[in-house]
Amino acid sequence: MINISDDNFEKHKALNGQEQSDQELKQYNYLNLGPTHPATHGIFQNILKMDGEVIVDAQPTIGYIHRAFEKLAENRPFYQITTITDRLNYCSSPINNIGWHLTVEKLLGVKTPKRLDYLRVIIMELARIADHIICNSVVAVDTGALTGFLYVFQWREKIYEIYEEICGARLTTNIGRIGGFERDFSEKVFAKINNLLTELPAALSEFEKLVMRNRIFMDRTVNVGGITGERALEYSFTGPNLRAAGVDYDVRVMTPYCSYEDFDFTIPVGSSGDTYDRFCVRQEEMWQSISIIKQALKNLPKGDFHADVPEFYLPPKEEVYNTMEGLIWHFKIVMGEINVPKGQVYQSVEGGNGELGFYLVSDGGRQPYRLHIRRPCFIYYQAYPEMIKGSMLSDAILTMSSMNVIAGELDA
Amino acid sequence: MAEVNNQILGESISAQFGNQVLSVEETYGTLDIVVEKSIIIPLIKWLKTHDKFQVNFLTSLCGVHFPEQNDRELSVVYYLHSFINNIRFRIHVFLPASQPEIPTLTTLFAGANWMERETFEFYGIKFIGHPDLRIILNVEDMDYHPLLKQYPLVDATRTDKDDKYFGR
Amino acid sequence: MGLNTSKLPNGPEMYVGEGYGLTQIEKVIGMARANSIWPLPFATSCCGIEFMATMASTYDLGRFGAERLSFSPRQADLLMVMGTIAKKMGPILKQVYTQMAEPKWVIAVGACASSGGIFDTYSVLQGIDKVIPVDVYVPGCPPPPEAILDGILKIQELIKNEPLRRRESAEYNDLLHSYQID
Repeated sequence: MINISDDNFEKHKALNGQEQSDQELKQYNYLNLGPTHPATHGIFQNILKMDGEVIVDAQPTIGYIHRAFEKLAENRPFYQITTITDRLNYCSSPINNIGWHLTVEKLLGVKTPKRLDYLRVIIMELARIADHIICNSVVAVDTGALTGFLYVFQWREKIYEIYEEICGARLTTNIGRIGGFERDFSEKVFAKINNLLTELPAALSEFEKLVMRNRIFMDRTVNVGGITGERALEYSFTGPNLRAAGVDYDVRVMTPYCSYEDFDFTIPVGSSGDTYDRFCVRQEEMWQSISIIKQALKNLPKGDFHADVPEFYLPPKEEVYNTMEGLIWHFKIVMGEINVPKGQVYQSVEGGNGELGFYLVSDGGRQPYRLHIRRPCFIYYQAYPEMIKGSMLSDAILTMSSMNVIAGELDA
Repeated sequence: MAEVNNQILGESISAQFGNQVLSVEETYGTLDIVVEKSIIIPLIKWLKTHDKFQVNFLTSLCGVHFPEQNDRELSVVYYLHSFINNIRFRIHVFLPASQPEIPTLTTLFAGANWMERETFEFYGIKFIGHPDLRIILNVEDMDYHPLLKQYPLVDATRTDKDDKYFGR
Repeated sequence: MGLNTSKLPNGPEMYVGEGYGLTQIEKVIGMARANSIWPLPFATSCCGIEFMATMASTYDLGRFGAERLSFSPRQADLLMVMGTIAKKMGPILKQVYTQMAEPKWVIAVGACASSGGIFDTYSVLQGIDKVIPVDVYVPGCPPPPEAILDGILKIQELIKNEPLRRRESAEYNDLLHSYQID
């Protein structure tokens, strides 16, 4: 149990090499923004050292949901790790799944057909919209505006319906396979996506009208929790937090994957890195995602929905039950008797929070030798004490929710 | 100025640091450089302040455990990225299990703070000069380093699950 | 003279007359408690997002009377544990449970809270019933909002039928004692 007393904070501080006199200790009070708190969206703790209402220092503690993904991945075959990657940034789990599949495909040297790439792009952009819907509406809720959350969450339900049509699950999707999708998208899926594209813009505009130029919202969020571009790069920020600080780094543009170079979209960049900029960057990214999905649907090529790799892509059930080769491939893939190349590979995708990377070291077996997941939330949350120094408690709450810290990705 | 690619980068690093660069390989289009522990911080500093390479981003930092390699069991991998040249590469340092110490990178990149704490917690690699090296993700009184290969995944003290039903 | 009976919606059978109804006080209290639960959402991971969907307008938890969430355990009736509980979080969960006043109920939402889920690792508590007594388990990974609502309905059944003196009985105190909660 964390015991917030002067001694406990002192012990942490002494490790940092800072000395404090008894005089200084007595004038501050310590507030435990504990693991269970309505406004910390996720379980992480901050012990705040406050001078009245102003925060002087903060000591974060994380790990309350450490589920040992990296150790777990060393004990599961490649195709079972998709379910683990779901639970990283669970608000946009298709992006994690497809990122993992891209990593394994890079290791195996699998070339994916264009149609598969475009379908994956549609899914990833839908997931990005879903993630930003949660983040932005929750920032509004933290300032007191509950209406936006209720209106906009219905569109997340529509996106869940699209996932359900494709893979059967709402939230932790486990979508696709190494080498493609299990089945092609049916007419119903395309009808639902088109329906979403016609109705979502109106809902987003309504949300913006309620919140974005609202004087109370702007007073609460402008110049709150800012960070400069240089400092953000020092802290290895990525994603909307970095783009709000002025650096236009987007993995989709820098190292394109999955045919992103075919699409025409802009990267929104802020200037001051404060909460309002982060909100606006995420809002604009949603509009860009809608545009990318429209382009993908318009230019969707005909072709296969999976790569032609019988060694790694499970054959369809009709073949497994009726042909000898199908049965043998199915057995070999599931029991892990395929020769996987040895080597190390790093693949990153642009997740809802930034660069989500997978570093896979393979020793030829059916399980990874080492899987390291580069989790954007874990890396940029280190800067939180610096970002809230000198601000008030309510500003600290807003900074945390606008950074979109997802506990699953923080602790892994 | 000539465009920076894997070959130019590899050759420049070998030329600058000589025989302390143990190997330079390209796997899956990415450069993997193995160096000795003594030059890791000067190397990254040189890359960061170099006016052509300008390696300004530390993507991540992790550890790997190879129990069969004698005297080189633990490895620290640094993933670096230069935005201007759009080139990514990895630097590996091997450490013996008897003395897993390496200088810290927090003086160059502030983001390495928690990454090094995580690597310390999982593998027991001590980062000399780190401002606050303690356990970050597990319980505070954890007495072993879980990601080393000799430790099992499941908790040895659990009482409810019968191994014979779980195929263990 | 025959007595008329009538049943309140969501409530007990009563013998009614002109301006009065006759029933057991236990049942009326049960009805009142069941239809005005103040839940404490202890949302840790993915199941928490499904809970947000349950609270939102499509699946609305407010129709069951549980509109007012309480993040303070002192003011809550139902502890909804949603998501994985790691060993680091176990003592905190126990502390939150002990801070709640009687009568209190616990619902374990999701596979991770019920039994550890897919995370059979060294750092995850294999089910919250290792640290606190649980009333209803909702399986799923994550359970869809309909399943969470089903769990709430089962809790409502438990609440409606609970004897008044249960919390002071020896059996209940033995149960708490077995978890070292006194």
